[in-house]
Amino acid sequence: MSDSIIGAGPKRIDGQRKVTGEAPYAADHHPDNMAYGYGVFSTIASGTITGLDLEAARQSPGVIDIFHHNHFPELHRTPSSMAQGNKVEETRLPFEDNRVHYEGQFVALVVADTFDNARAAARKVGVSYQRDDAIANLDQGVKAHGTKPGSGNHERGDAEGNFDGAAHSIDVTYTTPVETHNPMEMHASVASWEGDRLSIFESSQGVVQQRGALSKIFGIPPSHIRVESPFIGSGFGSKLWMWPHAVAASVAARETGRPVQLVVPRPQMFTTTGHRPETRQRMRLATDDNGRLVSLRHESINTTSFTDQYVETCGSVTQSLYSCPNLTVSHETTRVNRGTPTSMRAPGAAPGLFALESAIDEMALAAGVDPLEFRLNNYADRDESQDLDFSSNHIREATEKAAEKFGWHDRNPEVGSMRDGHEIVGYGMAACNWEAIKRECEARVSLRADGTAYVTCATQDIGTGTYTIIAQTVSDITGLGLEKITVRLGDTSYPNGPISGGSWTTATTLPAVAAATREAIKELKGYATSEKGDFADVDNDSDSLVFENGQLTHDGQGVNYVDVLKGQKLASADGHAHTQGADDRYSYRSFGAHFVEVRWDPGISNLRVSRVVSAIDVGRVINSLTARNQVEGAIVMGLGMAHFEATDYDARNGRPVNNNYAEYVVPVHADQPPEVDVILLDYPDLEFNEFGARGIGEIGITGMAAAVANAVYHATGKRIRDLPIFKEKLMENIPAVQSA
Amino acid sequence: MRAFELESVEAIDQAVSHRRVHDGEAFIAGGTTLLDLVKLDVMQPEKVVDVTRLPLKRIETLEDGRLKIGALVSNTELAKHEIVLRDYPVLSEALLSGASTGLRNMASTGGNVMQRTRCPYFRDPDMPCNKREPGTGCSALDGINRNHAVLGTSEHCIATHPSDMCVGMVAAGATLVLEGPDGQREVAFEDYHLLPGDHPEREHDLKPGELITHVILDTPRGGGQHYLKLRDRASYEFALASCAAIVSLDGDNVSEVRVALGGVATKPWRATAAEEALKGQPATQENFERAADAAFTDAVAYSHNGYKITLGKQAIARALRDATARARA
Repeated sequence: MSDSIIGAGPKRIDGQRKVTGEAPYAADHHPDNMAYGYGVFSTIASGTITGLDLEAARQSPGVIDIFHHNHFPELHRTPSSMAQGNKVEETRLPFEDNRVHYEGQFVALVVADTFDNARAAARKVGVSYQRDDAIANLDQGVKAHGTKPGSGNHERGDAEGNFDGAAHSIDVTYTTPVETHNPMEMHASVASWEGDRLSIFESSQGVVQQRGALSKIFGIPPSHIRVESPFIGSGFGSKLWMWPHAVAASVAARETGRPVQLVVPRPQMFTTTGHRPETRQRMRLATDDNGRLVSLRHESINTTSFTDQYVETCGSVTQSLYSCPNLTVSHETTRVNRGTPTSMRAPGAAPGLFALESAIDEMALAAGVDPLEFRLNNYADRDESQDLDFSSNHIREATEKAAEKFGWHDRNPEVGSMRDGHEIVGYGMAACNWEAIKRECEARVSLRADGTAYVTCATQDIGTGTYTIIAQTVSDITGLGLEKITVRLGDTSYPNGPISGGSWTTATTLPAVAAATREAIKELKGYATSEKGDFADVDNDSDSLVFENGQLTHDGQGVNYVDVLKGQKLASADGHAHTQGADDRYSYRSFGAHFVEVRWDPGISNLRVSRVVSAIDVGRVINSLTARNQVEGAIVMGLGMAHFEATDYDARNGRPVNNNYAEYVVPVHADQPPEVDVILLDYPDLEFNEFGARGIGEIGITGMAAAVANAVYHATGKRIRDLPIFKEKLMENIPAVQSA
Repeated sequence: MRAFELESVEAIDQAVSHRRVHDGEAFIAGGTTLLDLVKLDVMQPEKVVDVTRLPLKRIETLEDGRLKIGALVSNTELAKHEIVLRDYPVLSEALLSGASTGLRNMASTGGNVMQRTRCPYFRDPDMPCNKREPGTGCSALDGINRNHAVLGTSEHCIATHPSDMCVGMVAAGATLVLEGPDGQREVAFEDYHLLPGDHPEREHDLKPGELITHVILDTPRGGGQHYLKLRDRASYEFALASCAAIVSLDGDNVSEVRVALGGVATKPWRATAAEEALKGQPATQENFERAADAAFTDAVAYSHNGYKITLGKQAIARALRDATARARA
């Protein structure tokens, strides 16, 4: 393997198409005769539709049809199995019955000749309801009907028995609010039918799973369905699994006999396409006299919908990050009147490490140990939850390197002791952690007679650089320049690829692409060594027949592969590969640490994050530019989680009130810390795959909110256990409510 | 979006004659408020009158030294105008703290005066709102009101006025020129926006068919000026509390002072109590804080926004401090 292109930092090969507007996104597709759908959404969070007044809407210009629970074909539910390739998060079909389970649920779909006509008519649909009391948040859910056991639980030793008598202990509870993914590009479907064949453009992180789900729902074979998602304007998890709008668009297209485009409006991006659920996490930790953990309990409850159980596995990292003989992790859910939650960047770990890494900070203080030293004393050297060695773990080096670069040792541990003008400076740190997963994958590579290579795989590039690193892989093996390599993704007509999630795309697709490239070379060698070939006398398995830099060489004689193909009048030499998921010889995980400086100006109650140093151990880095971009982006998203983001639901009716980009506050450019320093350790994890890469999309957000909260404590003495860290939680002398 | 008729006008008398504005008709300039609200179905005009071709794009100094600003001057142009930068820096700072570059390029001076509240209940046609539908009730009173007002509220409405520009204008002192079917009239800027009281649907003193044609800024007040905007994120967010301060000194004493507030009140808010508390007093931190306290004597805290009383006082004290430093410079 050449070192030149793997690990280098070539720019995205699709970058120019994106910045020039040439790259087509889902709603950019306008098939002939296309009609437009616009949803009518429930304005109550719980209840029954008792009547629909469609008269005015039907009279509205351009209206073609209006679908609702009394006018919708009978479909089937998907079994929603990821293994079967047909998973969705919300299994209830749109318009299945007259029940309303959450505010912003589809209750009708207007189809019209133009977008504006569809929207105007949708506003004229009258809906009457029998309204039930809504369960508006986690507390109400637990109070109303308690909790249900979740998955991903773990127990070892006797955590309870080793808590009470321990030298130091804490018992604290953390909460995190609902967060909404808010990708720039809204969910969109453009569906068309030809006979019983469905073609759909979707903004999707998983075209193969969507094809499988549509196949089950419509009762037609997967081979009759094509799902395409060549480009998406980000997803952060909300586009992993198909949502009701795609079913609604497909039905509308079939019933009207016209292609139908349906875009989910921004307000309903907060209701019917998933969200990170609300969590409440009780942490009980205890140490011995030497500050070594002897008992650790992480008990989490998250909200889910009335239609499905989604478990936010907050304790997934807690099981293995620290060494502790007595440990319990449990997950429970409680139902509320919200749409079904879903994975959002680092599901489980993002809220889970806010709790764990805040609690570690509190535990270190209670034990009288510096938080950095406490972590170094307690990091696990092997995965105690699985009784396995880690394939590769450099968390100590990551922590120490980042601490050194940050200047942690200059920290005065006394709260509020570090000042700069009228600002109080706080330092905080947290570990970060994410699992490394590799899935089954297929890919096809063609070496073509025009001197180019053509690669296909039904995975997606969700903005992370997948197109580019796949081209790098082919370039590395063939010696072809990136400009000679065409990569096509996001289309179910290509060989099956993984969903773009879990940070597993790199580790999953690269080995498949590499194997397919080698297969193509093998086929080429077969042509070259055939009767009329350039190397007719050479055995095609011979080690002495080598492909490099676009040439087949043997005994010092080289032939360009283009000439091999032309000599045989062939268009291409093709390779197909099907690679398997990870084995269970080791515990495969990625590691790292964040160090954060905050500045709190008590005179104007202003909090900002001024400096971040993060060291990340994700195995080998394939593309230094896109990898750094992933970590920097995740850090900024982590800052949003720390002190800006929360979907506010009106407790009276379960309605999200800040359902737009102005009032749902995510960080903007001006919030970027002046210094963000990302250190990528770059130790290949060759036990995991031949490239030694573990994946990098999610780890950067884990631990960030805790690092900020820990720094805030250092600056202000206030321990914020409820995200986000709004300024009023840090302010003194706030007047009591005076209104009735 | 519901369809509406669009009419373009070329002359002011054409714009204001026989209009049913307030009753099915709306003027449009930059459109940064109106089109949002039409898309949300909050406003449903049958007819929209495009005034962007009217000759209201000049900034000129009047003989008496005041500055006359055409209603169609964009927020960007006004903020970067050399006379504004020199004589009304508090206004320039206020403008540049608002929205984004793209919005400021589109937004007009007159439109900014007319912008509507960001109260989420006002912007949601499915929720009761006295401002949108009089008599239906105020959803914010017992709802989520972290962003709402603590000054000038009533039991019928606690929505803030969202503008930064207007706060700068209140501090600088200004007059609005209105053109209507019955001719031209002038209104003091401070008197233009109305408190919600029993009629939150009445937001300003604009009669049916009238159009804002100009804002005339008072002769420059000199002194040290500063606009301070406090919010969660560092840009592209409406103020949680903001303060426009103009301080003139006579030795170490404050000889003249103007204080206006945004983000905390139901209209662009002149804090006269703060001014009175500080005028003639030594320019000390203690006096700035006393003035700040005076501004919030009548403030009312609702379930989520009590912090705004504290934050608003902090905005005043810090803005006065920084304006004073500039006055000394």
